[in-house]
Amino acid sequence: MSLTTDNLFGINTQALNLWQRRSEVLASNMANADTPGYLARDVDFRKALASASGSDGNLALQTTAPGQIGSGSAASNAPLAYQIPNQPSMDGNTVDEQVQQADFAANSVHYQASLSFITAQIHMLRTAITGGQG
Amino acid sequence: MSLFSIFNVAGSGMAAQSVRLNTVASNLANADSVASSAATAYRAKEPLFSQIQQQQSLAAGGSTEEGAGNGVQVVGVTESQASIPSRYEPGNPLADADGYVYSSNVNPVDELVNMISASRSYQNNVEVMNTTKQLMLKTLTLGQ
Repeated sequence: MSLTTDNLFGINTQALNLWQRRSEVLASNMANADTPGYLARDVDFRKALASASGSDGNLALQTTAPGQIGSGSAASNAPLAYQIPNQPSMDGNTVDEQVQQADFAANSVHYQASLSFITAQIHMLRTAITGGQG
Repeated sequence: MSLFSIFNVAGSGMAAQSVRLNTVASNLANADSVASSAATAYRAKEPLFSQIQQQQSLAAGGSTEEGAGNGVQVVGVTESQASIPSRYEPGNPLADADGYVYSSNVNPVDELVNMISASRSYQNNVEVMNTTKQLMLKTLTLGQ
């Protein structure tokens, strides 16, 4: 494992950015749950992560060259898509509140999972540095 | 840190929903108000929501992509155009020359539905804010 700060935590920092971005989009959907004509958005996670890792359409992340990771702006440019509503509403709003709540909950679990991966990486490095003495 | 902007988004949602609750309270309180003419009778008020456009969101440190990370704002309060019911009450001090008073066009059922919807949406935004706060606190303790 290379110890450059670029890929110290692998894809997890990119993923963290994306989860963050997605929770922002979902929060925006829920805030606009009663806005007439509002169209619910979502992040296309697969596409975004592929473009963040430089391997479009392919999630084989471990084969990525170090230089391709670390484009921190990739997450903020994550492609947004429109959600397809489960049922139509009279005011043209396509936010499904229950779906948003479920997505938001799942998203926060994913975010914490990415945090856990980074924490584990830090622990591993610490163990390597202290030789298991710390 | 885009998690911070969620506080703005959820906060704007809570503010908008509380305006909606406020109009519901006003409408229900005035459901039985009477006036001496149709023009001065109480009309049911309803807030008009619209999403905050991107320029404002950018100024607040929001995201760079159009259409995302937008909060909600109340662009105005509209008055119901439903007909004003009148009734014959010659003994009422507010009655006009023909003995009619004009009551409000508030529909209490509509208002109660609005109230429940506003309350649920408000709770939704509170939950979003709580979850975001927990995520941020967990991020702060990263590596421990």
